[in-house]
Amino acid sequence: MTQNDRPSPEALLRAAAQEGRGRLKVFLGAAPGVGKTWEMLTEGHQRRDAGVDVVVGVVETHGRRETEALVQGHEVIPRRNVEHKGHSLGEMDIDAILARAPALVLVDELAHTNAPGSRHPKRYQDVEELLDAGIDVYSAINIQHVESLNDVVASFTRVRVRETVPDFVLEQAEIEVVDIPPDELIERLKDGKVYIPREATRALGHFFSKTNLTALRELALRRAAQAVDAQMLEHVRANALAGSFAVGERIVVAVSELPHAAGLVRAGKRMADALRAPWTAVHIETQRHRQFTGEERRQLADTLALATRLGASTASIPATDVVEGLRQFAREARATQIVIGKSSRTWWFEMRHGSVVDRLVRSVGDVAVHVLPSGEAAVPGRKTRHRRRGHWGNPADYLWSLLMVAAMAVIGRLLLEALDLGNIALLFLIPVMFAAATFGLRAGLFAGLASSLAYNFFFLPPTGTLTVSNPENVISILVLLGVAVVTSQFAARVRAQADLAGSSARQNAALASFSRQLTAAVTREELMQAICAEVSRLLDVRAVLLLPSADGPVLAAALPPEDRLEQIERAAAQWAMENDQSAGRGSATLTASDWLFNPLRSSAASGRGVLGVLGIARTDAADPLRSDQLPLLMSLLDQASIAFDRLTLEEENLRAQAVGERDRLRSALLSSVSHDLRTPLTTILTAAKEMRQHPSGELAEAIETEALRLNRFVANLLDMARVEAGALPMKPEPTDLFDAVAGAAHDTRAALHGHAVQLDIPPDVPLVRVDPVLLHHCLINLLDNAGRYADPGTPILIRGRRVPDMLLLSVIDQGPGIPLGQEKRVFETFTRLEGSDRVRHGTGLGLAIVKGFAEAMGLSVAASNNEDPPGACFTIRIPDALILKSFEGNFEDRDVP
Amino acid sequence: MTIRHKVLIVDDEPQIRRLILAALGRADYHVIEAVNGREALDRLRQERPDIVLLDLGLPDRDGLELVPIIKQQSDTTLIIVSAREATEEKVAALDLGADDYLTKPFDTDELLARVRVALRNRMTRGGGVPAVTAGDLSIDLMNRRIAKAGKEVHLTPKEYAVLAQLAKFPGRVITHDQIMVNVWPNESERHVEYLRVLVRSLRQKLETDPQRPQIISNEVGIGYRLRLPEDAA
Repeated sequence: MTQNDRPSPEALLRAAAQEGRGRLKVFLGAAPGVGKTWEMLTEGHQRRDAGVDVVVGVVETHGRRETEALVQGHEVIPRRNVEHKGHSLGEMDIDAILARAPALVLVDELAHTNAPGSRHPKRYQDVEELLDAGIDVYSAINIQHVESLNDVVASFTRVRVRETVPDFVLEQAEIEVVDIPPDELIERLKDGKVYIPREATRALGHFFSKTNLTALRELALRRAAQAVDAQMLEHVRANALAGSFAVGERIVVAVSELPHAAGLVRAGKRMADALRAPWTAVHIETQRHRQFTGEERRQLADTLALATRLGASTASIPATDVVEGLRQFAREARATQIVIGKSSRTWWFEMRHGSVVDRLVRSVGDVAVHVLPSGEAAVPGRKTRHRRRGHWGNPADYLWSLLMVAAMAVIGRLLLEALDLGNIALLFLIPVMFAAATFGLRAGLFAGLASSLAYNFFFLPPTGTLTVSNPENVISILVLLGVAVVTSQFAARVRAQADLAGSSARQNAALASFSRQLTAAVTREELMQAICAEVSRLLDVRAVLLLPSADGPVLAAALPPEDRLEQIERAAAQWAMENDQSAGRGSATLTASDWLFNPLRSSAASGRGVLGVLGIARTDAADPLRSDQLPLLMSLLDQASIAFDRLTLEEENLRAQAVGERDRLRSALLSSVSHDLRTPLTTILTAAKEMRQHPSGELAEAIETEALRLNRFVANLLDMARVEAGALPMKPEPTDLFDAVAGAAHDTRAALHGHAVQLDIPPDVPLVRVDPVLLHHCLINLLDNAGRYADPGTPILIRGRRVPDMLLLSVIDQGPGIPLGQEKRVFETFTRLEGSDRVRHGTGLGLAIVKGFAEAMGLSVAASNNEDPPGACFTIRIPDALILKSFEGNFEDRDVP
Repeated sequence: MTIRHKVLIVDDEPQIRRLILAALGRADYHVIEAVNGREALDRLRQERPDIVLLDLGLPDRDGLELVPIIKQQSDTTLIIVSAREATEEKVAALDLGADDYLTKPFDTDELLARVRVALRNRMTRGGGVPAVTAGDLSIDLMNRRIAKAGKEVHLTPKEYAVLAQLAKFPGRVITHDQIMVNVWPNESERHVEYLRVLVRSLRQKLETDPQRPQIISNEVGIGYRLRLPEDAA
């Protein structure tokens, strides 16, 4: 059984992604004037007549009446005006279309570039979004705007258009070629029926030649056929029909920082299409990479971005040598074809380094190597790569080399008596090797040259001249130079390797420290702050983190602290969040933003999707990310996502535990409720029934007592519910403890029957700022509890004490006290229920309510045992902050004279 | 000839009405009933009761809305009898004009005592010489003389102002705001702590055992009440 019998998972995924997505139909023309727009509108009318909900998103009529007439019949979504440099540009209003949600929208000029400040730089990206929203789109494009054909068209028309559409857009579309014979088109042109943008008139005569039009027409037809092919192929793959397509072809395109690399990428795309092979654009990063100018870096990033748009995967591979890196990558990627550009280097460079092409062809074995001519000459005004900074190195290096040579000459002079000439020559090897190893090839050669001159001048007869009498001495000079070359090469290589190792070690260290920092974070806030701080430090950027919310992204952390983002940044962040793609500066979307936003994705297993977005920006508003920082950022994002997931899981665990605890409480509550409600109810019911026959004061008293008990219990249940809901109405006010104590004693006088309440509170006890109702309930429960456990007839003492930092209010009874070691547990809900024996009645809620209420007010509670007389002591501790300072005399109240 | 005072009970719970009816009937009051807000206002117009016992949780409208309407349409004494125990609601009802507040479940003796207090306050409202006796304490508002066990007690002006507020309606709860607006008329901010300190020093001077106040009793979170021994439940 071969692999081809099964549908390929990727193809099925693509098919699945297509479902629910809108369909794209592209009217493809060979040149302006063939009638694409007309055709599109006409077909739109047919669809509308067939009952489809059609609107016009944007259509350029260029003032042609017949086209205008066709637009008339359609519902047109008004354009959105974008101000740009004083001009008002009417752009397609994608939000209005999304809100209108038609079944089909007509969008002209697929290759159009949107005005700066629009959501997407390109119209085809708008179209993608419409398709994603499930809206069908009809659009139109001319063949020269197709990205992979851009070079080809430019090669024979000599007109290069800047607005291009990536091939993948067309690959998912149904393509209809709008075709008229070249002669007819030229006729229409002469009749003025073709709209030509003003800037294009110059090239017009040439562009619309019959040969050109024929070639363009052929290209358009072939592209349409290719699209049909591709769709068929997709169908075959998805359905696992035994297809006869080439398997196993894999193409690797090696790109450099040079501008012509874009041409290589396009060629690679055409080859990949022809072979129906997956392809990769790879850049081999050698130590040269670090010397790149900003311009070169951007060029490289652009090339890789182009490859991505054309459907390639991309990679940047660090290696000491281009050929070696490429060979290794090709082997790992199991490439069958490698595309490289013909080097534009001088014969001299190739003499020294060997041609990359030759070495590659020799080293890769059975992989086909395609060498394409560099198109560099076609780029005007850029004949040679401009010279890099530091090419010649630091002048100080040469000075040092010279000094060393001079020093050696002096030493040689001194040793001339002891040594012969040959050995003196050897002495000069020292400065040469040192200079070559330390300062590089050029300084080494310089030292070699200086050494040979010094050797010649000072030591070789005739001394004092630069003439060489003995031909053998020429050898000495050549050896000095040779040593310089060889040493410098070795040293450079060792240095490069050390640098590369160092840089990856640095990167690994950065990642390790990052993940360490994130692991240390315990709360979500700490984690988010740590992510921002670390990203900011490692990438040298400003960093913000936004979380999703009902009203769009909200700022959750930032470094340096940032309190708000501009509208455009907010939009970019939201887009990144909703589409799970990067947005903002340096991405494909909302590039006017100064920030680059990347989504933090949850790992697939937890299925939480986008957790948040991380925004980065430079303080100088430059591009937030250098191309070589991208892998680091991606790793950081991964780490951050994992940390987020970890925290979320931990939180869920805790929540599950809390739920378990609540369930335990609930069942305890239920059993308590059923017992403590039913007992008094039973008494009341039977007593009431009994009283019908024999009215008696005793029965009435029983009813009253039990009803009071029931009342306390219900009140406690309500209070406990409030504590647990965390919804205690707090209205702290200055409260006199004497009022509180007297009120509580008054309300519990029935429960305290038989116990005298003694007060031991200093008369000048300060006022405290508490909620009087909550404090009242605390005291009621403490007194109630004391009344229940105190030995009959014993007094209950309420004691107030001022100690450093707090005020203590204790309720002390004389009774069995608290079982040893249970001092803390008595405040837990239903603690009493867990005891083996239900000695006293009560709800087991009272002390839990005391604790809940007290803590809600900022007080704390403690339980202990008293030695003499033995009993329990419950204390409410009121911290200093809640104690009112003396303010006598603040309110004018003078005695009447 | 004794006049039978009219009491209107407004409550949608028949059991509660029956209980109150029994207790008040025993004390020889003429009791009329209403089960909702609309009926309460009808009875109020037709019967002109001396006292209204109003439940806040009525089926057709919130009893709190009725408070100002009842006070506007009649000069009846309004006592709230409700299961709502949030202090804000009590204070709101009192500040809207209710004369007293009783929380369910209540003691019928306590209810009768409150009704008695209310009736006595109605009688003295006519401008008779206000003089209050609470145990061995006598308060003569006319001559601003306070005597404890026959001995004159010296009060500061503020202390007197507080006591006078309470003594004008003995037995009735007076909210903090109602007291303070009279004692510190120029102070926009309400300093409950000043009031607490004043009451504490008042108790030092007036109460037999200042730590267990019997005369000036605190209503948790609401205000104070001048408690007369004969009103005690």
